[in-house]
Amino acid sequence: MRLTQGTFSFLPDLTDEQIKKQVKYCLDNGWAVNLEYTDDPHPRNTYWEMYGQPMFDLKDPAGLMMDLEEARKTFPNHYIRLTAFDSTHQWETPRLSFIVNRPPEEPGFQVTRQEWEGRKVRYTIHSYATDRPAGQRYQR
Amino acid sequence: MADTIQHNKRYEAGVIPYKKMGYWEPDYQPIDTDIIALFRITPQPGVDPEEAAAAVAGESSTATWTVVWTDRLTACEKYRAKAYRVDPVPGSEDQYFAFIAYDLQLFEPGSIANLTASIIGNVFGFKAVKALRLEDMRIPTAYMTTFKGPPTGIVVERERLDKFGRPLLGATTKPKLGLSGRNYGRVVYEALKGGLDFVKDDENINSQPFMHWRDRFLYVMEAVNKASAATGEVKGHYMNVTAATMEDMYERAEFAKDLGSSIVMIDLVIGYTAIQSMSNWARKNDMILHLHRAGHSTYTRQKMHGVSFRVISKWMRMAGVDHIHAGTVVGKLEGDPNQIAGFYDVLRQPYNEQNLEHGIFFDQDWAGLNKCMPVASGGIHAGQMHQLLHYLGEDCVLQFGGGTIGHPDGIQAGATANRVALEAMIMARNEGRDYLAEGPDILNKAAKDCKPLQHALDTWKDITFDYTSTDTPDFVPTATASA
Repeated sequence: MRLTQGTFSFLPDLTDEQIKKQVKYCLDNGWAVNLEYTDDPHPRNTYWEMYGQPMFDLKDPAGLMMDLEEARKTFPNHYIRLTAFDSTHQWETPRLSFIVNRPPEEPGFQVTRQEWEGRKVRYTIHSYATDRPAGQRYQR
Repeated sequence: MADTIQHNKRYEAGVIPYKKMGYWEPDYQPIDTDIIALFRITPQPGVDPEEAAAAVAGESSTATWTVVWTDRLTACEKYRAKAYRVDPVPGSEDQYFAFIAYDLQLFEPGSIANLTASIIGNVFGFKAVKALRLEDMRIPTAYMTTFKGPPTGIVVERERLDKFGRPLLGATTKPKLGLSGRNYGRVVYEALKGGLDFVKDDENINSQPFMHWRDRFLYVMEAVNKASAATGEVKGHYMNVTAATMEDMYERAEFAKDLGSSIVMIDLVIGYTAIQSMSNWARKNDMILHLHRAGHSTYTRQKMHGVSFRVISKWMRMAGVDHIHAGTVVGKLEGDPNQIAGFYDVLRQPYNEQNLEHGIFFDQDWAGLNKCMPVASGGIHAGQMHQLLHYLGEDCVLQFGGGTIGHPDGIQAGATANRVALEAMIMARNEGRDYLAEGPDILNKAAKDCKPLQHALDTWKDITFDYTSTDTPDFVPTATASA
């Protein structure tokens, strides 16, 4: 399966040139960009590990692109996402977030059903990758 | 000058014109805490527009048709609404804009029912006016802060759904009526798995013989969870809990919550008080509250008479809904681009500045109330993506019902076509391209990697709904000579 979290997951993976243009868009809007990585892509896993802090004073997209290159070398088999934070009053939240690296194989998720009273079912979504310890997932 | 009759003579038994009773005060300067209403008045032939405005002010505040001595037991001058300005409507012969100021203490805090019982309670059937329309209202901060507003709001909704930087995508299950619970859930699963974020019950799906509400909720949650696992994304379905009584609605909403739904839905026809009650419930239970504006066109569409949808938008943001259907511009339902832009501004901006071109007559401070997500639904398809993004912006839900379910290759393909078209358009916009002009080209390029999009474009490429709007702005920008 293909994990479709993030703004551009239905398009072919972005080239570095395309990523750079999106970073420029974020910086032009005054947003701070950062990278986060994980090997636990559960839809409710909000807190991916931060690869450094949001780059609040970044002027040139090249700065982020250098970090991305490094991050990909360190975590080639992890998901990496780029998130842009807007500090404007009454936003104060991410304004763009998309995947910039994904593992070569994505085993997907299992739905577990617990039958419950009155035909109700309690659902749990489980990532197959997390059957292995953190750090050892998504390795061939 | 005000024509108010002074002193004792004012209270002699009998009938005197409203204008002379103190409801026409052209020198009045509204104060910061006043609620101001702007009415479009079409007086009966021969009725003085100022008298008509005074009558509207009177009947929407303290007056009745004749003098009553019991006024003198009260601080009646304070409680009288004051018509203070009457302007002819540009380009019309018999219509006038009347500005009426109401004292804050005429209204119960936090009650849309009370506010509307005064402002639109009696006056719309008043014989002295041929037609009457409430065009806009200025709600003072002192009154605004007595309302809780949307329980979730755009920011928190996006955080909960983990979806940023693009409009959300939805679809209404079709056919609207007749599907069994099992078949209904199939549509939901296919659409969500294909790439939509939400599927929606239609306004008239409640609990009919072909599908009882419990059955629908159970099958739909199976579809939602299965689609979430298939994609790794948060997915949802607006469970319509509209029912005959509050007790029924609470029961259905509780059931939806028990099943793990993130969102419930109500129809405008349940009434303002029920909407505020459901908003409280949603706030208490961390649920997103979707409002379908069922019924609104009976009073919002005609320009001469009724209530403008911009006012309904204001009331609903105050009453506290997270989503409201507010027009598509390009789809099958009524919608002048400037008017719709005004509705969207009212729902989404922290502060509205007067913008006559968009039909916004007053500066309006929203006093920190959450933003409400507009929903565009009705006759839209992937081929219009550039126009939709241009007119509606990124903080909205685009609902493609027919445009998903009617896809020649099936529902999943329809959903994928919409999602790919949307992401391609957002990417192009962010790259600084003139996406409105280049839209068809951007879509065609994206379709090279996505057959479903190509088929969607082929199927619906020439479908437009190009009719003249009935509800249009009265003010158009005039070109000024440049130096």
